[in-house]
Amino acid sequence: MTSNLRFGFILLALISAIVYMSTFIVHEREIALKFKLGEIIEADYDPGVYFQIPIINNIIKFDSRVLTMDTPSERFLTVEKKNVIVNSFVKWRIVDPKTFYTSTGGDERRAIQRMVSIINDELKGKIASRTMREVISGERATIMQEVTDRASVKIEDLGIKLIDVRVKKVELPDNVSVNVYRRMATERQTVAKEFRSRGEEQAKQIRANADRQREEILAEAYRKSEEIRGEGDATAAKTYADSYNQDKEFYSFYRSLKAYDASFGNNQDIILLSPDSDFFKYFKDSKATR
Amino acid sequence: MPWNEPGKDKDPWGQRNNEGPPDLDEVFKNLKDKFGGLLGGGGKGRIPKVPSGSGNLNGVIGFIVVALLVVWALTGIYIVDEGWRGVETRFGKRTVVTQSGPHWHLPYPIENVEQVNVADIRTARKNSKMLTSDENIVVMSIEIQYNIKDAQDFAFEVFDPDLTLQQTAETAIREVVGNNDMDLIITEGRAVVGSATKEIMQEILDYYRTGINVVQVNMDEAQPPEEVQEAFEDAIKAREDEQRIINEANAYRNDVVPKARGEGQGLLEQAEAYKTRVVKSAQGETSRFSQLLAEYKRAPEVTRERLYLDTLESVMARSPKVMVDVEGGNNLMFLPLDQLMGNAATGTTPLKGLSGGSSDSQSLIDEFKRNVSRNRERETRQ
Repeated sequence: MTSNLRFGFILLALISAIVYMSTFIVHEREIALKFKLGEIIEADYDPGVYFQIPIINNIIKFDSRVLTMDTPSERFLTVEKKNVIVNSFVKWRIVDPKTFYTSTGGDERRAIQRMVSIINDELKGKIASRTMREVISGERATIMQEVTDRASVKIEDLGIKLIDVRVKKVELPDNVSVNVYRRMATERQTVAKEFRSRGEEQAKQIRANADRQREEILAEAYRKSEEIRGEGDATAAKTYADSYNQDKEFYSFYRSLKAYDASFGNNQDIILLSPDSDFFKYFKDSKATR
Repeated sequence: MPWNEPGKDKDPWGQRNNEGPPDLDEVFKNLKDKFGGLLGGGGKGRIPKVPSGSGNLNGVIGFIVVALLVVWALTGIYIVDEGWRGVETRFGKRTVVTQSGPHWHLPYPIENVEQVNVADIRTARKNSKMLTSDENIVVMSIEIQYNIKDAQDFAFEVFDPDLTLQQTAETAIREVVGNNDMDLIITEGRAVVGSATKEIMQEILDYYRTGINVVQVNMDEAQPPEEVQEAFEDAIKAREDEQRIINEANAYRNDVVPKARGEGQGLLEQAEAYKTRVVKSAQGETSRFSQLLAEYKRAPEVTRERLYLDTLESVMARSPKVMVDVEGGNNLMFLPLDQLMGNAATGTTPLKGLSGGSSDSQSLIDEFKRNVSRNRERETRQ
């Protein structure tokens, strides 16, 4: 009875162990190679569980996901012989584990090294045929696409599918940056000067216009005021003339008397008189007849 | 040949995804289905030790085996929290995505579940100097908010999706900045840069099948580098200065022109006043003359004589006078004018004759007097 039970358990354990050793699971994230005594016999595994013969078969798995790699920053020359520092990242995936294993011995780092040098070579070529401006802006996407296309052909023998090469940094070397800063600063100064001068320009116009308006207003006012004064003078002259023309002789007498009175208004004026004057006709002679 | 071919009645990609959280009945139904499928079929070969013996002991063994199986089965129960998704795999192969709520999967090692948070908005930041299309350098600082739209893709397709997001952000922002001019980026282009970056990022992330959804890209900062900030600030100040200078000029204009108008109006008023004055005084004087003339015509001789004498009287009365009654004139006659003038200071009171005419002539008279006295004083001082 007990031996039966023990036997049962042992059998169960044994079967579990055999099942465990003779199966393997390929996960969604994995891609697998099956070896038979060192020789690759199967490579196309979808995710799932598979049989193997323990000891005779062995399994090597790789990551089946999209893998990433940053290329180190490198200096490239543009067509106008300017230095740019460029780095990028690469997205890739192991699609043919058999080829990947045979060409790199399963060492991801070797694959990466190959890719970096191929991609940087391609980048160098693409950048060397373009201007700085094209590299930075317009042709950036084109460069990335061309590098991806050409490099993926070149690394096909690695069992790798190159999904994407993307340029991250496109920078100027530090010593050039200083010059760029200087240029930027001077550009701003130009702009600042322009702003201020444009302000002055307008201000001068406005002030001059204001002065002109003032002059014009005053001139016009002066004209009008003189006109008015003239009207006044004319009216007055006409009034005088009309009135005095009634008796010219009397006017002249009347006006002379007024003038005498006005001119000798001051007691500082000393009048030297001769008794011959009309005023004194009775002064010496009470019966003067003159 | 894989063991876990999905059942024909069960599509691992959909169906359950679309429903809400399954209720317990469904969980148990699934449990039955799964057990029925696996243990009833291929399971037999794997667990062949179904005791066929008899007696109590066999019953006990059977009970223990069943109990173990039940406990094992229970390990497959899991709860997906709100905002999370359970990604199930059977022997490593993706099967279904479960919504929040209680679930059961075939116990390890047959099935497994990974939970992914899809609701949380995750944040990544990027801060770096980059070149603009006009070869200027700008310091950009962006914040990317993202969440997960496809839990399976997120779990299985890409190695380190979060790192991928960072890389994508960097390449996208640099591409956008590289396509725009500095002025645009640091001023009105901020919003545009953010949305353009988001678009590029999403395109790339979808291409890699990261399962990530970019919610928003915010531009925290878009500035010229520190080295040139002073110049940039000065340029901004200059813009303000331009306005200030113009405003000052406008203020000047607004000051000067109305004043000029006022002044002009003043001139007109003065002129009007002058006109009125000369006309009125003319009228007054002529009226006086006419009236006098009328009387004169009635008695010319007497009036004439009276006017003459009145005036001279008034003049004589006011002024010191010297009567020189020398026949034929004498060149040696000496007149001490200085003394005479001195005496004159205590002079006689003026009498009114024909004086007191128009204010115009009066002011002329006053002016004349002032000039005379001034000249005299000068002479005395000398």
